[in-house]
Amino acid sequence: MQKLVLLGDEAIAQAAIDAGITGIYAYPGTPSTEITEYIQRSGEAKEKGIRSSWSANEKTAMEAALGMSYAGKRTMVCMKHVGLNVAADPFVNSAITGANGGIIVVAADDPSMHSSQNEQDSRFYGKFAMIPVLEPVNQQEAYDMVHYGFDISEKYRIPVMLRITTRLAHSRAGVQRKDSRKQNELKLPKNLTQFVLLPSIARKQYKDLIRNQENFNNESETSGFNEYFEGQDKSRGIITSGIAYNYLMENYSDRICPNPLLKICQYPLPEKLLKKISEECDELLLIEEGAPFIEESLKGVLGNCLKVKGRLDGTVPRDGELNPNIVARALGFEDTRGRDVPAIVAARPPSLCAGCPHIDSYLGLNSVLEEFTPGRVFADIGCYTLGALPPYNSVNSCVDMGASITMAKGASDAGLKPAVAVIGDSTFTHSGITGLLDAVNDKTPITVFILDNATTGMTGGQKSAANGRIEHICIGLGVEKEHLHVINPMRKYHGENIKIIQEELNYDGVSVIIPRRECIQTIGKNKKEDKLKKGE
Amino acid sequence: MKKDIILAGVGGQGILSIASVIGVAAVNLGLHLKQAEVHGMSQRGGDVQSHLRLSDKEIASDLIPYGKADMIISVEPMEVLRYLPMISPEGWIITSIKPFINISNYPPLEKIMSEIEAFENHVALDADKIAKESGSLRAANDIDYGNFEEAIKFVFGSKGDDIVNINLKAMKAGRDFAETHSHAKLK
Ligand SMILES: Cc1ncc(C[n+]2csc(CCOP(=O)(O)OP(=O)(O)O)c2C)c(N)n1
Ligand code: SF4
Repeated sequence: MQKLVLLGDEAIAQAAIDAGITGIYAYPGTPSTEITEYIQRSGEAKEKGIRSSWSANEKTAMEAALGMSYAGKRTMVCMKHVGLNVAADPFVNSAITGANGGIIVVAADDPSMHSSQNEQDSRFYGKFAMIPVLEPVNQQEAYDMVHYGFDISEKYRIPVMLRITTRLAHSRAGVQRKDSRKQNELKLPKNLTQFVLLPSIARKQYKDLIRNQENFNNESETSGFNEYFEGQDKSRGIITSGIAYNYLMENYSDRICPNPLLKICQYPLPEKLLKKISEECDELLLIEEGAPFIEESLKGVLGNCLKVKGRLDGTVPRDGELNPNIVARALGFEDTRGRDVPAIVAARPPSLCAGCPHIDSYLGLNSVLEEFTPGRVFADIGCYTLGALPPYNSVNSCVDMGASITMAKGASDAGLKPAVAVIGDSTFTHSGITGLLDAVNDKTPITVFILDNATTGMTGGQKSAANGRIEHICIGLGVEKEHLHVINPMRKYHGENIKIIQEELNYDGVSVIIPRRECIQTIGKNKKEDKLKKGE
Repeated sequence: MKKDIILAGVGGQGILSIASVIGVAAVNLGLHLKQAEVHGMSQRGGDVQSHLRLSDKEIASDLIPYGKADMIISVEPMEVLRYLPMISPEGWIITSIKPFINISNYPPLEKIMSEIEAFENHVALDADKIAKESGSLRAANDIDYGNFEEAIKFVFGSKGDDIVNINLKAMKAGRDFAETHSHAKLK
């Protein structure tokens, strides 16, 4: 078979199709989005009947995947790292229920926060849940690991995590496919209480999980993904995790590292291999893409006779993504650099598109809030977060998906009036609904803007879960009809819009204003697709 | 053979299509390829770049080391300057001279041009003009490289024959231009 040129994300998706999944579940989030999009576009996936539409959030995705596993079929669930926080409850418990059909959880981390609020390292979650974690070094290994991951998931009846980072997710390389596997038959678990986590059952299954650790350890020692390379110069041993290995190798033109080298791509940590390198070498250099996860477990709290260098002692910067130059400096090699950036080069931060509906929403909100002291607008995550930047300077918070409504509620409870929440349509259905219910139940004086651009804009325009039904959801939650307004965020309606906003800011209860106008990017995209369909 | 190329531009200018045309062409030729892209937040009008690495030997890193790029190809003149720390001492910079202005503090174009011209190995070209002559403004990006017919057919094939042909024409115009011009003649 000819090699396919695939992004890391696409390699994972193709592997999932080839390994015989019956469904993929996900909520978009950079850098994981392209996995699910690839399956949604794939003709092969369509032929095989693989389900792939978006879930409302990562928790519903994780739970649906667990249900598919319960029914005996193979499944994948994908999210960005912070999505795993949302899915943490079913994720951690799935280690105790165990799997029936194979299940792989892809967690896509974003070191350096290219498009994220933090750079948490999902390997901690894998360890926390006590499940095997795979961390591919390149696109081919990502492809291969999906096949292997499903094997061990079904062999040990355990969910498996595949941890990737932005650079692998969004980098392309040639990938060789393996033979396709058939999907599993529908087959319920032999023990029909396997998924019933009553304390009496959970206690027993937790012991099974603990017993299984030895098997997972054994896999880490023997699967071949963790590799030991002998080296002549034992004054230092090097341990890399995931794609950090590539940056190390970039520093040796012959691709041979003179030091003993342990490339770690599978967890739990391979104890024997770690013992070997620590006994052979005078000191260890840890190069990890992400947090000092291996480094901390080697050092422990008290430290020991081992000399360990890495992110904790500053040999490698404590935060941020690695690159070949950072690794060169850690190795003590000479650094390379071209010319300086000329002083005239200006920063070009991301910004709202010209003609974006959010611009008119913020201009309206800004003009009404002029008469109050600043600092009253709790926003959320999406394109509209860019309203925090000049020239708008419209919003004062962005913490996690859904936090706008609930933070506005808390601040209002504390006495801040008026308090305003700004949330996108997709974020609202992801995790704003429950917060709005809290506010309705308390009759909290807040004004909630649900910016309905009919899409999930920030991540590239995926379908929004309750397109066209946002106001019905609000009414269903108990928002009063008189205090619910759908407005058109356009310059020509500015006058009437600010009148509505003004009135609702004065209302002593929950108001919802829905500025509704489609994202101009999706309008453009849909037009293009229509043209294509018509063959123009 | 080893070529390390930075492709630069602004989110929405089509950097990613350029990168994938070159990538597919390279793999079809049996070369090793790694090509790192920027997706996500920066695509909203921020600066974007792609690291494109081609080699007849296996490639280690997805990222080109600083000071090692053989070439920076930019579809925007200020953006080419942003990546100068990446360029090797013998490297070339190739850029379109048409600015993309979506910020209020965009520097004067003459200043940008004099920084570009101060760089020994540079090609600066009016890609739009060449593209207009070949039939499509949107094909302007294709001007900046040549020799990728198969890849263009593969990447743009789903968009119909017209789009493929416009891109092929643009590519040929680009190649002709490159063959007849050097930075010395451009001045
Ligand atoms: C828990 C979590 N999941 C996913 C994301 C990624 N993400 C950031 S913004 C966004 C979409 C926002 O869509 P919407 O609320 O409709 O706003 P728009 O971008 O369309 O303005 C997503 C999916 C995230 N930051 N956190
Ligand atoms: S993608 Fe859509 S929602 Fe996002 S800034 Fe552009 S127009 Fe606005």
